[in-house]
Amino acid sequence: MTRDMICVSCPIGCALHVELDDAGNVLSVSGNTCKRGEKYAIDECTNPVRMLTSTVKVNGGKLPVVPVKTSAPIPKGKMFECMKAINNEVVDAPVKMGDIIISNVCDTGVDIVATNEV
Amino acid sequence: MLKYDLVVIGGGPAGMAAALKAKECGVKKILILERAETLGGILEQCIHAGFGLHYFGEELTGPEYAYRFIQEVEKTDIEVKVDTMVLEIRTGNVVVATNNKDGMLEISATAIILAMGCRERPRGALDIPGSRASGIMTAGTAQKYVNIDGYMPGRKIVILGSGDIGLIMARRMTLEGAKVEMVCELMPFSGGLQRNIVQCLDDLGIPLKLSCTVIKTHGIERLEGVTIANVDEHRQPIPGTEQYVECDTLLLSVGLIPENELTRMAGIIIDPVTNGAIVDENRQTSRPGIFACGNVLQVHDLVDYVTAESQIAGEGAAAYIANRPRGRNHYVSVSAKDGVRYVVPQNINENTDKDVKLYFRVADVFRNAKIIVESDGKVLYSKKKPKLAPGEMEYVTIKASDIGALEKKQLTVRLEVPTK
Repeated sequence: MTRDMICVSCPIGCALHVELDDAGNVLSVSGNTCKRGEKYAIDECTNPVRMLTSTVKVNGGKLPVVPVKTSAPIPKGKMFECMKAINNEVVDAPVKMGDIIISNVCDTGVDIVATNEV
Repeated sequence: MLKYDLVVIGGGPAGMAAALKAKECGVKKILILERAETLGGILEQCIHAGFGLHYFGEELTGPEYAYRFIQEVEKTDIEVKVDTMVLEIRTGNVVVATNNKDGMLEISATAIILAMGCRERPRGALDIPGSRASGIMTAGTAQKYVNIDGYMPGRKIVILGSGDIGLIMARRMTLEGAKVEMVCELMPFSGGLQRNIVQCLDDLGIPLKLSCTVIKTHGIERLEGVTIANVDEHRQPIPGTEQYVECDTLLLSVGLIPENELTRMAGIIIDPVTNGAIVDENRQTSRPGIFACGNVLQVHDLVDYVTAESQIAGEGAAAYIANRPRGRNHYVSVSAKDGVRYVVPQNINENTDKDVKLYFRVADVFRNAKIIVESDGKVLYSKKKPKLAPGEMEYVTIKASDIGALEKKQLTVRLEVPTK
């Protein structure tokens, strides 16, 4: 099995070619021009993670929503599930920077925290 | 008339960083004038992560990046007037502004820093035929609707232009349940950051159609669809490639324009390529004591670079306030050619005692091109780069000693492109 991707570790954007075995283990990475490319390819193939940012509804605040983020990157495949949890949440003002809005969202071990004050 | 040492116009990342740096350099009375109700500028609606990797060494969201500077400003005696619109900069560095509380304000300043940012190129600049149906807006407008006002402006989306805000909104709208049909880009390459193409489009399976544009919008009251077409190398639609795409929303991410009305009114000379002021290495404009930084000077892709540039302006303004220099500056002029679109700063004081970073953008995607900085045929700097793209700002550092030693007061930044 093979996978092609573009490395985003830096602006060069190397076209990476990854060879994988049937179990999904990375056999080789080519096309990268530095070590970060290899790490990126392995992470992307074995455990792709992303920071998720969104907004949560606020009652009684100056603004109707407060921006939030995951406290750490979450598995890429769980983004939409976490979005559902975020969209079901409503908090009361005042919200402070860094407040935990949802703890351990969708059993990821990661919290949803406020990234501004409302 | 109010009197300040320094008036900063704009309280976004550029204005805050400039004011803070000036304070650190010993400037006493500083005033920031901000049009919106809070400091922070456009960062307040940029809720995605990716800010601060260079400056703070960590990945922050826009509001978090702004918050750090707002906190710093609050710790100082820098004065801030929000909800305040600057109307004019008069001769003698008098700023005319207005707000609901103070009415008309006349503020005399020893130095002024322009940090008004930029705005998005609107639909009117594109000449797309069709009625003025609702549902057609810039990507930044949609970003404000979703992230600040808390509602979705549409469900079935086409995005024209692959600038970073368009790419960010493609992901944001998708995560909120909208269907983003495609991103159309007139050019054969995207002007957005590679990271955004991967994480905002590829991750979510949103197609990026290059050399493709919207040639017509449909619908009278509400947008019902758009006709797209491929374009040839002259960016003209190719007959026979038209395709109808149903959508209720068209987002435009087709470029940013520095907001230089005040600058022009003040008679400051503008660079026709950057649409920002022509500045020296301290970011001083053609009018003594008036400095410019951030997106009002040149459109940046990273806020980290805005901060760095604004600190230069803050330091430059502080030195101006302390020394009140008189007489003409003697400049080395900096120009761009052969694949380099522009360079900032455009002038360097020939007796500068600091190394100078020359920021520039290239005109096309180049692989293995060599960046060359030369003067009168003598090469001062040369480096080969695996890839250069218009969407990523580049810089090279030139030593102060090299600038002082120039025989001809002229520098050129150019590319040497390998022959195919």
